[in-house]
Amino acid sequence: MFHVLLYIVKSYVNILLKLNSESHFAKALDFFIYDSIKIITLLVIIIFLMGFVNSYFPVERVKNYLTTHKLFGLDYFMASLFGVVTPFCSCSSVPLFIGFVRGGIPLGVTFAFLITSPLVNEVAIGLFLGLFGFKITAIYIISGILLGTISGFILQHLKLDKLLTPWVKEVLMASKNNPNSLKEEPKSFIEKLPTIYNDTIKILKGVIPYVLVGIAIGGIMHGYIPEGFFEQYMNKNNIFAVPLATILAVPMYSNASGILPVVQVLVSKGIPLGTAIAFMMGVVALSLPEAMLLKKVMSLKLIGIFFSVVTLCIIISGYLFNVIL
Amino acid sequence: MKTIKILGTGCSKCKAVTDLVQNVVSENNIDAHIEKIEDIAEIMTFNVMSTPAIVIDGVIGIKGRVPSKNEVYELLTK
Repeated sequence: MFHVLLYIVKSYVNILLKLNSESHFAKALDFFIYDSIKIITLLVIIIFLMGFVNSYFPVERVKNYLTTHKLFGLDYFMASLFGVVTPFCSCSSVPLFIGFVRGGIPLGVTFAFLITSPLVNEVAIGLFLGLFGFKITAIYIISGILLGTISGFILQHLKLDKLLTPWVKEVLMASKNNPNSLKEEPKSFIEKLPTIYNDTIKILKGVIPYVLVGIAIGGIMHGYIPEGFFEQYMNKNNIFAVPLATILAVPMYSNASGILPVVQVLVSKGIPLGTAIAFMMGVVALSLPEAMLLKKVMSLKLIGIFFSVVTLCIIISGYLFNVIL
Repeated sequence: MKTIKILGTGCSKCKAVTDLVQNVVSENNIDAHIEKIEDIAEIMTFNVMSTPAIVIDGVIGIKGRVPSKNEVYELLTK
C-alpha cells in the first residue's frame, strides 16, 4: 500500500517543486517525506496495539506471575517475553529491579526482563516494520528475546547475588514478610480506551522529534552518499566490524527512534545488516546513564559483568544476522 | 489537610506529574501539602515498582504513568 504513497511523494517533489528527480536534493527530500509519513503511520498503529496489550501486563502482574508460577527453566524466556510487552521508563529500573528481586525472582530472570524491555519496544518495532519490512522485524524481535533469555541465564549462573550493594541486601532482608500483590479494579476494554489513547499520544509526541531528525539525517545521507560507500571498510569479510560497531555504540546514548532511520541508510549504502543491528542494539541496550542508575543497587563489578555479558551476546547475534541474511 | 507525596527519581515523567499535581492543587484551592520524594530507599518503602507514583495520605493513587488532569482532580477531591 506504500507504493502508491511513494509515487505520490515522487510526483509531488518532481512536479510541484520542479526539481530534477535525479538530483541529490530531490532524492533526499523524497526519502524524508515518504519515510516520515510511512513511519509515523506505522508508529501510531503499533504503539496503540502495544498499549492495549500492555494494559493486561502491568509490571506488578508480571512480577506476581513470575513469583507464583513454577516455570522449570522457562523463567528467563517468559521474563524476556514480558519485557517486550511491558515498557518501563529508565528511571523505574531501580525500583523495578528491587521489586523483582524482593519478590523472590532470581537475579538472572530479572536481568532477562531488564535487557529485553528497552531493546524490543513498541517504537522500535514500528520503526523496524517501516524501514526494514516484516521478515527483518520478526528476526529482530526473536533475537532480542533470545538475547535477554541467554544473557539472563548466563548471569544467573555466575552467582552474582553477593555483588549487590549493602542497602539492597538490607531492603531484601527487611521485606521478606511483606508481600505485595497487585490490587486492581477490573476494567473493560472500552474503559481502558481513553488511557491507551492518551498514552499513545504522549509516546508519539515524545518520539516524533527524534524520528524526524533521524529521518532527516538519513535523507541527507541517502541523497549524498554514494551506494557502496561503506562497503570498503565494513563488509562481511571484516571480522572486526561487528565487535567494533557494538563497542562504539555503548557510550552513545540514544533510543531506537533516532538511530534506526540512520541505520537503514547505512545498510542501503553497504553496511551488513547484522553489523548495523549490533550497533543499534548496543546503543539502545547498553547506556551509561542506565549504568549510573544501576549503581545504586549493584557494585561496579556487577555492572561491569552485566554489560560484558550483554555486549558479548550482541556481538554473537550480530555475526549470526550477517550469516543468516 | 491532605499529604501528597510524589515518588520519582527525577525523570521527565516524574517532573510532569509534580507540575500537574501542583497545578491542580493551586487551581482548586485544595488544602494539601506536596512532597517530592527522590530518595530511592524511601521510594522502596512504598512498595512501588514503577515511578512516577502519587501517594495521598499514605495510599498509592497512581503509579507508573502520567495521569490526566481530571484523574488527579478526582483523586484529590474524592
